[in-house]
This record gives sequence, C-alpha cells and structure tokens, in this order.
Amino acid sequence: MIKAILVFNNSAKPRLIKFFEHYPEEIQQQIVRETYQLVSKRSENVCNFLEGGSIIGGNDYRLIYRHYATLYFIFCVDSSESELGILDLIQVFVETLDKCFENVCELDLIFHIDKVHYILQEICLGGMVLETNLNEIVSRFDEQSKLEKQEAGISAAPTKAMTALKEMNLPQKLKDMKLSDLNLNLRF
Amino acid sequence: MAMSTTMDQVVKRAKDSFGQMFDKSLHDLVRGIRNHKDNEAKYINEAIDEIKQELKQDNISMKANAVNKLTYLQMLGYDISWSAFNIIEVMSSNKFTFKRIGYLAASQCFHEGTDVLMLTTNMIRKDLSSSSMYESAVAMSGLSCFINADLARDLANDIMTLMTSTKPYIRKRAVLLLYKVFLNNPDALKPAFPRLKEKLEDPDPGVQAAAVNVICELARRNPKNYLALAPIFFRLMTTSTNNWVLIKIIKLFGALTPLEPRLGKKLIEPLTNLIHSTSAMSLLYECINTVVAVLVSISSGLPNHNASIQLCVQKLRILIEDSDQNLKYLGLLAMSKILQTHPKSVQAHNDLIMQCLDDKDESIRLRALDLLSGMVSKKNLMDIVRKLMIHMDKSEGSHYRDELLSKIIEICSQSDYQHITNFEWYISILVELTRLEGTKHGNLIARQMLDVAVRVESIRPFACNQMAILLANAHVFIIGSSSTTVAEVLYAAAWICGEFCSYLKEPQKTLESILNTKIILFPGHIQSVYYQNILKIITYLIQSSDNDEILAKQLVAMTIDKMSIFLSSGDVEAQERASITLHILKTVLKLIEKSEFNVNELSALFDGVLNPVAAKAQRKVAIPNGLDLDAWINDPPSESEDESVTTDSRHDNSGFFYGKHEENYSSNSYSNETSNYQQPRNYVEPTTDELEKQRESRKQSENMNPFYLKDSKKTKLTQKHETSIDHSNGNESMPSTPGKGAIPANLQISLSDQLYRQSKIDEENRRLKKKSKSDGGSSKKGKKSSKKSDIAAIDENEDDIYPTVQVTRGGELPEGVTESGHEDNDDDIGSRKNKKYDPHRALNIDFNEKPIQATYTPPPSQLKEPSKKLVETPPVS
Repeated sequence: MIKAILVFNNSAKPRLIKFFEHYPEEIQQQIVRETYQLVSKRSENVCNFLEGGSIIGGNDYRLIYRHYATLYFIFCVDSSESELGILDLIQVFVETLDKCFENVCELDLIFHIDKVHYILQEICLGGMVLETNLNEIVSRFDEQSKLEKQEAGISAAPTKAMTALKEMNLPQKLKDMKLSDLNLNLRF
Repeated sequence: MAMSTTMDQVVKRAKDSFGQMFDKSLHDLVRGIRNHKDNEAKYINEAIDEIKQELKQDNISMKANAVNKLTYLQMLGYDISWSAFNIIEVMSSNKFTFKRIGYLAASQCFHEGTDVLMLTTNMIRKDLSSSSMYESAVAMSGLSCFINADLARDLANDIMTLMTSTKPYIRKRAVLLLYKVFLNNPDALKPAFPRLKEKLEDPDPGVQAAAVNVICELARRNPKNYLALAPIFFRLMTTSTNNWVLIKIIKLFGALTPLEPRLGKKLIEPLTNLIHSTSAMSLLYECINTVVAVLVSISSGLPNHNASIQLCVQKLRILIEDSDQNLKYLGLLAMSKILQTHPKSVQAHNDLIMQCLDDKDESIRLRALDLLSGMVSKKNLMDIVRKLMIHMDKSEGSHYRDELLSKIIEICSQSDYQHITNFEWYISILVELTRLEGTKHGNLIARQMLDVAVRVESIRPFACNQMAILLANAHVFIIGSSSTTVAEVLYAAAWICGEFCSYLKEPQKTLESILNTKIILFPGHIQSVYYQNILKIITYLIQSSDNDEILAKQLVAMTIDKMSIFLSSGDVEAQERASITLHILKTVLKLIEKSEFNVNELSALFDGVLNPVAAKAQRKVAIPNGLDLDAWINDPPSESEDESVTTDSRHDNSGFFYGKHEENYSSNSYSNETSNYQQPRNYVEPTTDELEKQRESRKQSENMNPFYLKDSKKTKLTQKHETSIDHSNGNESMPSTPGKGAIPANLQISLSDQLYRQSKIDEENRRLKKKSKSDGGSSKKGKKSSKKSDIAAIDENEDDIYPTVQVTRGGELPEGVTESGHEDNDDDIGSRKNKKYDPHRALNIDFNEKPIQATYTPPPSQLKEPSKKLVETPPVS
C-alpha cells in the first residue's frame, strides 16, 4: 500500500500532498517538513530509499523518492510494495506529467495542482496501484479534459468569462454585461 | 415581472453575473500568494474571506471555483473542513467539471469522522451508477479516500455491482475500492469473496492485477485464510507476464510458505527459473526474497537446498556490486535476511560487505554494519574490528562514528564474548575507543570494561595495568567533558584498579597518580568510586608490605594529606565518601602510632568476591515463607516522607549513579546485565576460607588451561607495552601540548595492533601445529585429529585452534532457579528485536478476530442483500 505521495521543491514548499489515510493539516505539514529534512540532506548518487521511522507508520514503512530538477517526488509505502517497482511508478508519474503538460516544470504543478491530482487519480486509487501504462493514463486524462471542454462550450458563460478575463478578452466581457445592464435599465 | 424585482434582488443578480469576473480563479490565487511573499498569511486570510463570500452565492460555478481554491489552500496547511457542506454541494453538481472539483476537495479533507458524510450516501450511490464512466470513476476515487463504516456498509452492494461492469476501467476501480470497503466493514468480505476470486481470472489484465493486489493485501495480514488460493496464484505466476502482478504474487507466496512447507517446495523450481530468466531487477529481487523465505520455512528435507541459497547469494552479490546505489542497498537488505539462517553463505562475501563500509552513502554503510554483526566468527573478529577502527579514524560525522563505536562493542560482546579469543586485544581496543573525539558512548565503554574485568578472570592483570595507565592520564578527560561522556571510563578504571589492585604492577604509583588527579572536577559518581578505591589500594599496600609500619604510616599520612582537598567536593555523596575515607585513614594512623593496628580489620571492609548476577536474579528470588511484601512494615508514612523513602530506594538503580546519562544506554541490549554491578556487594559474602579455596581452584584451572597466558610471558608482553606507553605519556603530560588535540592519536593503536599481529602469528602457529599433528597420524595424543583425517574436516573445525578463555557467562541466580524461565519477558529486548523482521506476524494479531474464511461460498442470494444490521467495526489500518 502507498500511504502518502508528496511532492515538494528544493526549499520545502509543498507542490502536491496526497495522503491515503487521514492526518490533520498541521501533521501533514509536519510530515512534509520532516521528510524534507531527511531527503534534502542526501546527496545525489545515493540510494533512493529511506527508512521512514517515526514519520509515518513506523518500521514497516519506507520512503522511496526521486529528485528531478527542483522537485522531490516521495512515495511513502509499506513492505507490500516492491521498492524498485515504486521507483518505476514515480518515473511513470513524472513522464505522464511531462506528456500532459508538455515539458513539465515546477510552475505547471504550482498553477495546475488540480490537474496533477486528476492525473494521479488515474495512477492509483486508495493507496493501491491502478494503472502503470503511460499511454493509457494519458489518454484517459485527455478524454476527461475533453469532457470538461464540452461542458464549458455548452453553457458556460461563467467559466468562459473567467478565462476571458484572464486573457483580457474585452468583447466577451461586454457581452456578459449586457444582460444585467438590460435588467437594470428596466428597473429605472 | 421585471418591475416587481426589488433592489436587493437586482443587486444580487448583478453580482452573480459580474462576480465571476472579479473573483479570483485558482490561477490568480496562486499568483497572488507568490506576489505576497512577505505577508502571505494575511493575503491568504483575505482570500479565505473572499472564498467564504463566494460560497454564499447561488452560482454553482462560483462555488466550484471557491472549492477548487480551498483544495489548494489545504495543501498549504489550512484547515478547510468548515466548508464540508459546500464541498458536498459542488460534488452534487450535474456537471462533470464541478463534480470532479468537489470530489477532489472531499478526498483531500474528508475523513471517516466527517459528520456531513452521512448526507452523501445517496448522492454517491447515484454517481457510482452514473452512465458516464468517468463520473463513476471520480466518485470511486473520492470514496476510496473518505469511506467510513456507514458508507462501506451502505454502498458495498453498489460497488459489487460495478465489479461486473462491462468496462474494465470501472471494474478495476471497483475491485480496489472493495478493499477499502473490507477495511471499514469486515462483514462485507465474506459475501464479496467469491466474486473477488473470479476477478483473479478476469480477461482484462488490469482488473486481474487489481484483484491480485487486493487479495495480497488481505492475505498479508491473515495468510492462513488464503492458502486455498495457492493453486490459482501458482498458475498465474507461471503464466502471467505482467511484472507488477508477478511481484505481488511472489510477495504473497513469501507470506504463505511459512504456513505450508509443501507449497515452498513446489515454488523453488519456478522461482529459480524466474531468477535465471528475468531481466527485471525488481522481479529478480522479489524472487530472491521469496526463495529465502521458502528456504527459511523448509530448513530441511530439500535436496538442492544449498544450490538455491548459493544462487541467491550469487545474484545478490551482483546486485551489491552494481553501480546503482539502489540495487546495492536492496542487495544488502536481502543479504541480512539470508544471514539469519545461513550465516556461512554470507560470510563468504565478507570482502564485499567490508567494501560497502567505504561507500559514500550512509544508508548503505549502516546496512553493511548491520550485516557485519551477524558475520563475525572467532576467525575474523579481529580483522573486522580492526577495519572498523581504521574506518572510524577516517570517517566524518560524530553520529556515524558513534554508530561504529557501539557496533564494535556490540559485535565483540555478543553472546557473552563468544567470538573473542584474545581479551588483551579487546581491552586495548576499548582503551583506544576512549580516544574517540566527542563520543557519546563513554558509558558504554565503561560498562564493557567493567563487564570484561569481572567476567574474565584471566584478563584482570592486563586490564588493571591498562586502567592504571588511564588513571595516570586522567587529566586528559577533564578537558571538554561537557560535550562528551568519555570521562565515564574513569569510573570503570578506578573501580577495576581498586577491586583488583593485587594485580597492579606498581600499586603505589597508581595510588599516587590517583591522589594527584583533580578528582573533584569529575561528576559525582566518578568521584565516589575514586574515594572508595583509594582505600582499597591502601589496604592492599599495607597488607602486602608485611606489616612494615614505617611504610604504612608514611602511606597513610601522605594520603590523608592529599585527600583533605577532596572534602570540598560539590557532590554530596562524593563529599561524604571522601570524608568517611579520610576518617578511616585518620583512625588507622592513630592505631599505627599506638602500634595497635591490625590490617585485617581494615581489609575486612573489602572482603568478598564480586560475581556477575543474572539479569533476572532479583525477580527470581523466592519470597520466604511468612513474608508479605504488600504488608506495611511500619504504618504508612505521610505523603512527604513517602517521597524521601523512594529516593533512598533508588540506590540499586543505575540511574542514580549515572544521573542524566542514563538514557544513553537504555537502548543497548546489555544494559540489563551490567546494571547488576550496581547492586550492593554484600549479596555474596564468602568467608576467608572460601575465598582462599576459590583462589586456589582458580590457580589450578589456570595451570590446567594450556592457553592461559602464563606469568613469564605476560610480564614480558605488558612490560613491552608499558615502555612504549610511558614514552608517549611523557609527551602527553608536557605542558606545551594541552587540549583535546594533544592526545596522540596513535598512543595505543600500536598496542592493539601489536596484539592483533601477535595473535595472528599464534593462530598460524597453532594451525600449523594442528596440521602436523593430523599429518602425523593418530599415534600421538591427537584425539580430535584422529577422527577427522581429511582436510575439509579440519577447515570446518578451525574453531579449536583458538584459545578458549574462561568467561563467566550469565550470572548467579537464587538457589533452585534456572535461567530458562521466560514467564515474564516484557523487557526481553533481545527476543523482540529478532521478531521485528517479520511484519506479518505483528499484523496478524490485529486481524485474527476478523471473520475471514477463504473457502466459504455463500448462497448467491446473499450477494444482493444489503446487510442492514448496524455493526460497530473497529477501524483497521
């Protein structure tokens, strides 16, 4: 079982926190900090396993991590998982991110944390590995994004307006305003 | 119609439409936080206030946006549980986009204790059975995170239905989710099991993998209920090509074989085939692990048993030699499992493990260290320790060095010094360890010195003289004593020199060096030992001087003179002891002047032999008839008095002597045994006759023992060292070289090295001798060699070429009690330590009460029926 998946950057800022067992927020943050302490002092070219010890779960648990550029990807797993298997899984996760975001970087994770979660939901469920095939994960994720776009197309001024504002699409903005303007005019 | 709208409504409606534009999206929030690095908390609190406003609106997309932002803030450590109801609103949206946002937020912040969960049952049921498979999947992902006992009970059947979906995408999620249902509602397992079993043979490999995953999780905790599935798993193992599935199955077999040895025998062949054929390191590694588990469970009766172990060890060697640190680490980990049952096979790779000690990766070094303790034998102990000592010199970081130090002591002292053939060497190692800069293990070293000196009689002369050297150089321990506990060794040194002072070569000199030390600078417990042992040495000196009154007088007068400054000690007990010692000496002086002094009166103070006491001796003392331990001897005192009584009774508690350092050794396994030294010494009080007899018998046994280092040789040896040490002592006491750095690092290394070389030569000689004996046939008194004429047998029995040193093992127990009794082993750290390698055993207990029956097949009708009864189920983790 996977007990937790953490992603944080080189200065301990969390970029993804997924616990498959409930911990209060302050404990979650503490776990992130302690894990960072453990992981960040390790040099490159040392092994990717750490005995978790007191952080989560106790003796049966260990931390398996990979360090990519500015980000640490950490999986906390118990002894029913294969260490090398989980290392591969982290690789799959990162490659999927790379495909879905097209050359993923830390900023993608920062601004699209929801998407990262949705990708992760294709990879594991309730702490158990669900899918390890990169193409399958990516195509399922894409299909769901398409679904979202369709919904946005059908009705969705609000969402459209949101994106519109971001892109400073003024005509769109005015279109939305007209309706309410009309109402106001009627009143007075 | 429009006319009737009130002002408020209009404003609200306007807000609904405008609002969206002025609200922050998640993107804006993240950017805002990044732009307010200085007052992030303030910015976020404002954002939360805005979110609260947004959540009050009717607009669902606005709510979804707000919830999405909350999910982000939750990651930053903000508690968002107050928004639980709004999250449910968003979850219940008809739009996939919003539903997904809602379920994500729920999965991050809901837990089994969230009370609004009871409102969600029907909504989740609807989502699970949605015609859109992605909606259903989103619901399942969310549910897996926040499912509780009620949801598990109410939705079990809906999830069961999903297991028969035509879409593998749904089926595999339903199978995995079922495990969470079982955890939260154990009653669901029995009716669901047949269908779960079917899924092991699902046409879709993903669903199959999910089913294997779930059953492996279940079986890991309660393996015996799943033995019946072994044939199916066996078939899967030989047919599946999915490495994930194979790894899970192989791990499962590792858990099943201890219960069914026949299964193990069947497994060896396919597993070895996999080991030979697979190119996936992860699979190879798991195969090795399971083969090891199998071989442990069927220790006998397998013909190719040795070949399999050899194969595993060889493959592991390849892993350890790999440049990939991960493989190296795992290789060492698996080696330690083999070591427990087949130490010989691992010992052959001694060189490799030694190399790992030089690895730059600390986790690998620590793993290698772990292995070492299991690998030592009489033959290689000295080599291994020597390497560790060299290693300690080179290594950086006091944590790792301390780890090395305690490891050295652990491997030397394990099973009552079983592997030590040369105690002179060990004592000199211990003395060298005291030179480790800034060590926290002063206590550990001190206890070892005491333990060895007490248990190994033949070492006392050597130990005494080494300790005398330590005492003569006590001043080096005064410096920097705050950061290190190494001064503790003086406690041992003073006691050994006092107790066994008859072995001191120059007792008077030792006495003088003790008296010239600034004892009052040491911690109280060390001072106390010093004062007590000053008296012991004086007694011995007077006793051995043949009643030379002038000498006695001179000695006592000198000591009185020097001791008076010790009366100013800051420690109450030390001061008291100094004072008592001083007064005894004054009385003695008076008596000598009156010529009424009888040395036997003085020596009576220190009569008796100190024997090690078994760890459980105190507990095993039989309560005499008629003694009621619970009855008050005197009437119960008032509260305050009670307290003082308990402090007094701490006398035999080592914590009293060692004060705050106590925690340092509570972690090591022999603290139990050694604490006995603190017990009152009047425990055994033999008469002088008995003492004499014991001494006689000891001498006899020494004479009988061919390996006992005879006097002539011994003096030569120690004298040689002493000169070299004295020489360096001269350097040390020179005022120009003060401070820690002044301790010559090589002061004693030469001693242990000399002893090391000496014993290597001795060993070689003995080996040659033995060989020539066996070559010469059985004509002489070679009893052993006559039996084993072939060389292989000799090699195997190399142990007899090592000297056997008499070690008092275990300890004294009350009469009529044997050590075997394990009636209360709550503090039996050793046995617990061994168990920790098998996590399944520990987990099994929790699950025993679970009504799991693998072979049970319920009537099909039961599958459809939701169990309505309210069962309180303990959460299982």
